[in-house]
Amino acid sequence: MRVSLVFVVIALACLPFADLEITTLDPWREMGRLAWGVITPDFFATEHLLDALKNTLAFALLGVALANVLGFLLALVFHLRIVRVGCALVRAIHELFWALLFLQMFGLTPLTGILAIAIPYAGIIAKVYAEILEETDPAPLQVMPAGASLLSVFFFARLPEAWAHFKTYSLYRLECGLRSSAVLGFVGLPTLGFHLESAFRQGHYSEVSALLMLFYGVIATIRWWVRGRLIPLYIVGAVLVLPGGADIHIGNVVRFFTQDIVPHPLRVAETVDGVTLAALGDWLWRLLTTQALPGIVNTVLLTMIALVGAGILTLLLFPLISPKFFDRWGRGAGHVFLAIARSTPEYILAYILLQLWGPSMIPAIVALSLHNGAIIGHLIGRYTKELQLRPDSSTGVNRYAYEILPRVYPQFLAFLFYRWEVILRETAILGILGIHTLGFFVDSAFADIRFDRAVLLIAITACLNIAVDALSRTIRARLRLKSTPDQN
Amino acid sequence: MLLFELHNADVRYNGRQVLANVSLSIDQGERVALVGKSGAGKSTLLKLFYEQQRTDAAIVPQDLGLVKPLSVFHNVYMGRLHRHRSWYNLVNLIYPLQHEKAAVKTVVDSLELGEDMLFASVGELSGGQQQRIAVARAIHQGGRVLLGDEPVSSVDDHQSRVVLEAISAAYQTVIIAMHDVSLALAYSNRVVGLKDGRIVMDQAAAGLESTDLDFLYRS
Repeated sequence: MRVSLVFVVIALACLPFADLEITTLDPWREMGRLAWGVITPDFFATEHLLDALKNTLAFALLGVALANVLGFLLALVFHLRIVRVGCALVRAIHELFWALLFLQMFGLTPLTGILAIAIPYAGIIAKVYAEILEETDPAPLQVMPAGASLLSVFFFARLPEAWAHFKTYSLYRLECGLRSSAVLGFVGLPTLGFHLESAFRQGHYSEVSALLMLFYGVIATIRWWVRGRLIPLYIVGAVLVLPGGADIHIGNVVRFFTQDIVPHPLRVAETVDGVTLAALGDWLWRLLTTQALPGIVNTVLLTMIALVGAGILTLLLFPLISPKFFDRWGRGAGHVFLAIARSTPEYILAYILLQLWGPSMIPAIVALSLHNGAIIGHLIGRYTKELQLRPDSSTGVNRYAYEILPRVYPQFLAFLFYRWEVILRETAILGILGIHTLGFFVDSAFADIRFDRAVLLIAITACLNIAVDALSRTIRARLRLKSTPDQN
Repeated sequence: MLLFELHNADVRYNGRQVLANVSLSIDQGERVALVGKSGAGKSTLLKLFYEQQRTDAAIVPQDLGLVKPLSVFHNVYMGRLHRHRSWYNLVNLIYPLQHEKAAVKTVVDSLELGEDMLFASVGELSGGQQQRIAVARAIHQGGRVLLGDEPVSSVDDHQSRVVLEAISAAYQTVIIAMHDVSLALAYSNRVVGLKDGRIVMDQAAAGLESTDLDFLYRS
């Protein structure tokens, strides 16, 4: 409880420093038009609709499939320190940052989209698969006949125990992959986000709602259309429908590493002498003070507010789907609302709200709180199903405060701290939309073709992420929050 | 030929004496029943023996060591992983070959497990069935000696006899921990009694009556 209060106080202390203005002239009129669009979806607005969906699916499938293969192989050698550190580093960098990096190397090609998903996901999957393998039942290993090859023992005694968990987790990853793939459209890849942005710009709200509804449909039915036997078919299909793109020039890749990302003072210097080093120090100092520092401050401010916002929303939302509070029909509505809020990527939510309310931190705070609150609310609501109440227990608010909340609170904190790092990663990326978090400075550096700055800022973002992850782990350990959330 | 030998073995576990001053040697061809109350040190003794003969012993531990998501066939086949190349094992994991299926089926049938359960997941079977599958794996493995830790604790008297017959037919040398005294006498030729980590009796089974072992179970 004390920890929660500390976090609420921190968030309140952050509020005065955050930019919380609604700057659009008439937000209500715009919201009215959007609401009208929602109830009049136009599925035949353009032929782009199917294209967008097809590309979103193709990038997600190929990216997640590749990540599964890489992640599985890395999980086998996860005991090596270098692998663990490498995985932590690649997963600390958001898919959109990866996409921006690969865009410079490979241009607008399918490879950019696939790798942007596959690389960070491989880092996450490696960690999760390694944990799953570690937790498999060791008993069968004890009875293996002496002299059986390591490979045989692995495939017979370890993999089968882990297999079901691998399947569940990779299905969840595919769902995340679909969201990531949709968002990649915002940096120019031909997925859902791209068409969403252009439809929004032109005010075609009926097309916007049609795009989103199709997207929800795909995600909601994922359990039915993903079948083990069909996956190879899907992969082949995804390769076939991939959009063409510019050719890949190996020269661009080489130039990116040998010139573009070398800090400017070093690149223009003839020799490395005192003058160059002084220039480098100056370059670094200016980058840190004028961009990195304000970026970090804003990112942390926004993250803390959004974290507490997500927590408050979770506590409000989870009863909606809990059988302890509502009957079947009542819960139905709650399920639909939570499913929509958690299926819409934060980035798209923030983008929509930004169009309505103008640039400030409010859209980002609302988007992050809503999305994460819905995810944790869903998990906590499901968790309340297992609780056993005495037959004569209180009802309504009393039941909430005295029976349910005290029982779910440790679980709630565990999930929330688990999401902390995710919220931070998203906060940084929302900068691309114009909020002055780290992503804003990264995006500007890319726009100015100053890749040396961009890469350094991304590295700083990654370090911030790893630091918060470590902090969250410490707090969870200190509070003895045991959790094995199936989402991460 | 001498297979196992312990000389004044002491085992402590978390400060508790599990085995004290145990000396025991077992020759090839002996059928040894380890009897005594639970906690007397039978499992620990079996573990010590297993470590002495890892390369040539098959074991049925108390927790059975089954891979629950895999089928009966795969769990029994696992006993022979060491006899084949890795690629051959992988083929049988994905597509069990005809003669391997036949070999496994013979063992499974000898334990009176149902006809059609060769490809049922082990996790879905009852405790008694799982126990017999663990025995089937050990029989299929072959080797010089079988070590069993209460291998018939979850099956009825008739099935216990079927299982112990099958083990006797497959292995010359057997060391089995059992709490059922009459079964122990029926399927062994040497009885070793343990009490509080010490060997308190070691006799030929012939001529012993069940009542002669009662003192082991008194507190």
